[in-house]
Amino acid sequence: MIPDLGRYAVAVLSSYGATIVLVAAVVALTLWQGRRVKRQLQEVEARQGKAKTNG
Amino acid sequence: MSVWEYANPKRFMQVSARVLPVVVGLTVVSLVTGLIWGFFFTPDDFRQGSTVKIIFLHVPTAMMAINAWVMMLVASLIWLIRRHHVSALAAKAAAPVGLTFTLIALVTGALWGQPMWGTWWAWDPRLTAFLILALFYLGYIALWQAVDDPDTAADLTAVLCMVGSVFAVLSRYAVKFWNQGLHQDSTILKVGEKDPIDVAYYVPLVVCILGFVLLFVALVLMRTRTEIRARRLSALLAQERLA
Amino acid sequence: MNALLIRDLRLAFRAGGGFGLGLAFFLLVAVLVPLGVGPEPATLAKIAPGILWVGALLACLLSLDRIFALDFEDGSLDLLATSPIPLEGVVAVKALAHWLVTGLPLTLCAPMLGVLLNLPGPGYLWLVVSLAAGTPALSVIGAFGAALTVGIKRGGLLLSLLVLPLYVPTLIFGAEVVKRGATGAEALVPLLLLAGITAGAVALLPFAAAAALRVNLR
Repeated sequence: MIPDLGRYAVAVLSSYGATIVLVAAVVALTLWQGRRVKRQLQEVEARQGKAKTNG
Repeated sequence: MSVWEYANPKRFMQVSARVLPVVVGLTVVSLVTGLIWGFFFTPDDFRQGSTVKIIFLHVPTAMMAINAWVMMLVASLIWLIRRHHVSALAAKAAAPVGLTFTLIALVTGALWGQPMWGTWWAWDPRLTAFLILALFYLGYIALWQAVDDPDTAADLTAVLCMVGSVFAVLSRYAVKFWNQGLHQDSTILKVGEKDPIDVAYYVPLVVCILGFVLLFVALVLMRTRTEIRARRLSALLAQERLA
Repeated sequence: MNALLIRDLRLAFRAGGGFGLGLAFFLLVAVLVPLGVGPEPATLAKIAPGILWVGALLACLLSLDRIFALDFEDGSLDLLATSPIPLEGVVAVKALAHWLVTGLPLTLCAPMLGVLLNLPGPGYLWLVVSLAAGTPALSVIGAFGAALTVGIKRGGLLLSLLVLPLYVPTLIFGAEVVKRGATGAEALVPLLLLAGITAGAVALLPFAAAAALRVNLR
């Protein structure tokens, strides 16, 4: 499946590997931060909404 | 309707929520197509062998590393002049993405340089300039994190971004002066001239560049949305403490 | 403005003002490098220009956080900001004071350290000239970095992270002047470029620094 890369296989494969790892890292970080902040915001908004109707 | 409508956080959230899935979809399609095409279906270069396949990673990320900084500069200027919070937050959101692209460009450059130039790291002007660019990104991110008040942080980082841009350009020329490079000139815009890049590489390269541009846009949109939510969160918490 | 300059100089020379720290650091660098690299005169001669410039740059960095931090803490920076002198002028005077207590002594002492590092004969003049032309830029750029980080507690490390990349062009041209001068090559072009950077930095950065100070004093 993998094409014959000749004697430069290590360089090419590790380039693609490193890129995929770094891109995956920044995407994962973005998604994780996004989810966390969104969840916290929803919690606070729900709490404050309740507080308003109660009070 | 003027462009500045999108600078309203609420409007930005609405529009970006609609645009984001499209951008993400296009990003995945173009990146997957471009990289698979580049990796599996391009011939080896007669001089560089299979290392030529690294171009599909190295060139787009290097371009975006610089473009991300330019985008941050424009966003910082808009923040300083028109005081749109979304703009400042977009600049903040772009920095880690730009840093990642800079690192990818450096790593792939080193891996490419090893077989081609015979060394992992040469103090070649462009490599050196990218290393300095990475330091600028680090300083910018560190300053954002060090300042507590968000508006102060936005102002200070915007000033740093402007001054940093001038010095980044100066460094680029200083480094060029300091050492003649191993890098070849750009051949992307030279189709039709002598020694152009081969069409077999050109088309997938363009697809990859498009893919990385879209990846940048998608990530910045997502991160800006997160920053806006975080800002709203801290405002609500502050209200709660006051009440 | 003269009064401000004299006050700053007096504060720097007083005990604990940090005068001499930079010089001592510069001396230490020049002593430690041969200990680390080995005593071969040829090697030392080759790296002397770079070591002297890097040493001068780091010595300059040491005292940067003092430019505004003390005045910020005791509130005199607020007074200065509301005084009739424009804040840009305050920044320029403070940068000048910093240069007088670090950059100038470094420039004058550098030839002696050049002897320690076996700097070739023709290099001495270029060393002094390049430091004289380059260190003002280091002080002004440093004042800008100090203005950015003045409100941050323990901002010293951050200050270095922000300022060092900005020092790159000055360092490159400065060391290049000495390197070329030491080998007898044409050194005027990098010297002019170095002077150009200094002139540009001195002319423009006080404005950026004053803007950052205003934000921090808000």
